[in-house]
Amino acid sequence: MITDTAPPEVRTERRRRSLDDGVLRNLGLVGVLVILVIVGIATRPELYSDPTWVRNNFLTILQQASAIGVVTVGMTFVIIGGGIDLSVGAIIALAGVWATTLATQSYGAGGMIFAALVVGLAVGLINGVLISYGKLVPFIATLAMLVAARGLAAQISGKQTQVSSNLTINGIATTRPLGIPLLVWILALVVAAGWVLLNRTTFGRRTVAVGGNPEAARLAGINVKRHTLLLYALSGLCCGIAAIMLTSQATSAQAAMANLYELDAIAAAIIGGTLLSGGRGTIIGALFGVLVFSTITNLFAINNLSTEVQNMVKGGIIVAAVLIQQFRFRSLTQLLKR
Amino acid sequence: MTIPAPRDGVQQNDGRHQAASGTDRSAHADRAPGTDLAPVVLRLTDVVKIFPGVRALDGVQLEVRAGEVHCLLGQNGAGKSTLIKVLAGVHHADGGEISWLGQPFAPGTPQAAMRAGIATIYQELDLVDDLSVAENAFLGHEQSRAGFTRRRTTADRTREILARLGHPEIPPRQLVRALPAAGKQIVSMARALSHDARLIVMDEPSAVLAHDEVENLFRIIRELTAQGIAVIYISHRLEEIREIGDRVTVLKDGRTTAANLPARTTATRELVSKMTGRTIEYVFPPRTPKPPAEPILVVEGLTREGEFADASLTVAPGEIVGIAGLVGSGRSELLETIFGARRPDAGSVTLGGRRITGVGTAVRYGMGMAPEERKSQALLLDEPVYKNMTLSSFAGFAHAGFTDAGHERKAARKTADALELRPRDVERPVRTLSGGNQQKVVVGRWLLGDTRLLLLDEPTRGVDVGARAELYQVIHDLAANGVGVLLVSSEVPEVLGLADRVLVMREGRLVHEAPAEQIDEDTVLDLVMAGSLLEGEPA
Repeated sequence: MITDTAPPEVRTERRRRSLDDGVLRNLGLVGVLVILVIVGIATRPELYSDPTWVRNNFLTILQQASAIGVVTVGMTFVIIGGGIDLSVGAIIALAGVWATTLATQSYGAGGMIFAALVVGLAVGLINGVLISYGKLVPFIATLAMLVAARGLAAQISGKQTQVSSNLTINGIATTRPLGIPLLVWILALVVAAGWVLLNRTTFGRRTVAVGGNPEAARLAGINVKRHTLLLYALSGLCCGIAAIMLTSQATSAQAAMANLYELDAIAAAIIGGTLLSGGRGTIIGALFGVLVFSTITNLFAINNLSTEVQNMVKGGIIVAAVLIQQFRFRSLTQLLKR
Repeated sequence: MTIPAPRDGVQQNDGRHQAASGTDRSAHADRAPGTDLAPVVLRLTDVVKIFPGVRALDGVQLEVRAGEVHCLLGQNGAGKSTLIKVLAGVHHADGGEISWLGQPFAPGTPQAAMRAGIATIYQELDLVDDLSVAENAFLGHEQSRAGFTRRRTTADRTREILARLGHPEIPPRQLVRALPAAGKQIVSMARALSHDARLIVMDEPSAVLAHDEVENLFRIIRELTAQGIAVIYISHRLEEIREIGDRVTVLKDGRTTAANLPARTTATRELVSKMTGRTIEYVFPPRTPKPPAEPILVVEGLTREGEFADASLTVAPGEIVGIAGLVGSGRSELLETIFGARRPDAGSVTLGGRRITGVGTAVRYGMGMAPEERKSQALLLDEPVYKNMTLSSFAGFAHAGFTDAGHERKAARKTADALELRPRDVERPVRTLSGGNQQKVVVGRWLLGDTRLLLLDEPTRGVDVGARAELYQVIHDLAANGVGVLLVSSEVPEVLGLADRVLVMREGRLVHEAPAEQIDEDTVLDLVMAGSLLEGEPA
């Protein structure tokens, strides 16, 4: 009986509000991006008067966001699934170093890419096994991996910078299909794949269920442990991809590469609206989060400001974003309590 | 510090509300021996507490005098726990008046209630296992000077209090973790005394105690009341109420059905009828008896250490089997173990001849469960209705790993229609639904799959009367379609009205089995409470 349903006006209002939450947040991030660009224009008007520079600078921002963006996609899955991966930077270093040893390089570009992806996947799997079946807290397991993987990377490389002499790998960073850097294409591809995976597949549905209410997921017949394992493997795989991208950009790899990437990736995901407690988050939001950071870095670079100040501003932005998130969450729960 | 806002004319209301307290018993009981001279310390008038979808308290009257043991009696879900949480400052009353020591009382926080002199000892003792006895006793109001804890003073004062409680042998510096349940309870009481509590609320304190420890508890309670401290005592065990209680107030469906009955002399029959006397009309659809069939679910000798032992039962297709038992009797644990969510120490579960080894196989072979804690165990509250409904079947709708949201929505809408979900909007987050409709979503989840046996744990908890009747109909329809149903409820009439066959569970064991038409509510209550409510049994 149609008469039993709620009055239509209530319904549309509710629906609009639930739609708003995600879109509004992304709009807010777009607003932040616009403000950052305006600050850029205000501080360096002479640069912004040159359209070619503006276009190239825009592409630079995207290119700088590419590797961390790929990592953030994996991180977003892990966080939505109720976990955290502190080892992403270390996995990148290990994968990068492994892919650039002389032995690996002798197998050519394919061998190097394969090595990076397999190393990333394998370390992610180890994380996953420790957390799912070893019942370690994700924070501890991946913290241990952070230390261990970088240690292994230093061991393999002998603390030396390993130069990549493979022209195909090095060329990834300089190739520009359709005038857009290949790295940016890779980011776009990973983001698109991540979006589809999260929103259109059973894998994504399980991720939300496992993170949102693990007990409910378990009692609905979902294999929570196996899924958690897969989430960390996915994060590791994204790190493998990012390792190749960074190696290509630097034409080398070393144990200290991708330093503090875990912080940037977590911060970007959180700013993008991913709930640190799991169960909610968007890939697009995370992408915007990465772009905000990348744009700030760029803003400081074009003004020749130090990275120290930049890090302070970054920290401030993270705190502000989380405060806003908490405030919203609290007001929402208060609303529902009444 | 919360200062209760004054309400119109409730100060010094002693006696004035006597007429309004609404029961024929109050006048008589005020002259109960031993309590008539003591002043009233706590008075509740028409207290109401509303949770979304349910009026947990719907007009509670309560009067507690200094130095008395006032017993609260009521079935599960009668509102006892909500009531003590209101007194403890955990919940805030939505209506009615509470006066404490003659002043209007509305504690904003548990700390405020403690400071006002009301201490609560919960069934699940709220102690910090890794702090010492003394630190627990003074938790929240540590003895300190300039920010440094005064360990010696704390220990000394704790020792004093423990001595007062008759337990000087408990070392104040011992970690609480190392204490047995009875010892922990003493620490909880020590905490109450450390606050100079004038009213101590005890929620089923005897549930965690062995028999001789109960005697010791009673001795302590007598000493406390001799010092003028009032005690609100909650228990299911009538013989305890007879022994320790002065007056009894009976709650039923969030209302006071009888107040201030003399604890020792009121007839058992009267107490039982006040507890069970229907104010809710249970509307059960008529049942057509099924011809006997081969059981689909066979449980044999299922045991989990410390939870339940040697449980054997069967459920046939189209049959509804109900388990009656109190919270803590092991019924929820049994159900979860049958579903594979807990690993049994012994015994086996088979569905259609196939062994259940975990939730995965249970769901695959066609078992479904609506767990006791809907919100924490079954639902993704922020996700829309349809995703919650398809939580165990979305993979079946998917093509090569890609979900088919259109198909899912369609199926969910059909199920929502069949269950008369209100509002019939499958896009709405489950959080915005009432308790009854949330439960329909959980049941609907298993209707979408190929479910042959459904386990229902407290299916109507927090569900209003109208939605209850609809849920009953849904359960009947399921059975009529050949689904076997195993149901657990602490509401005895629900078990009797729904089930074809009734099992009674007490303290981890299935103690009785009977066809539903051959057993009545009093008998079940009797069995559930270990014979304590038998008419004529010595007090």
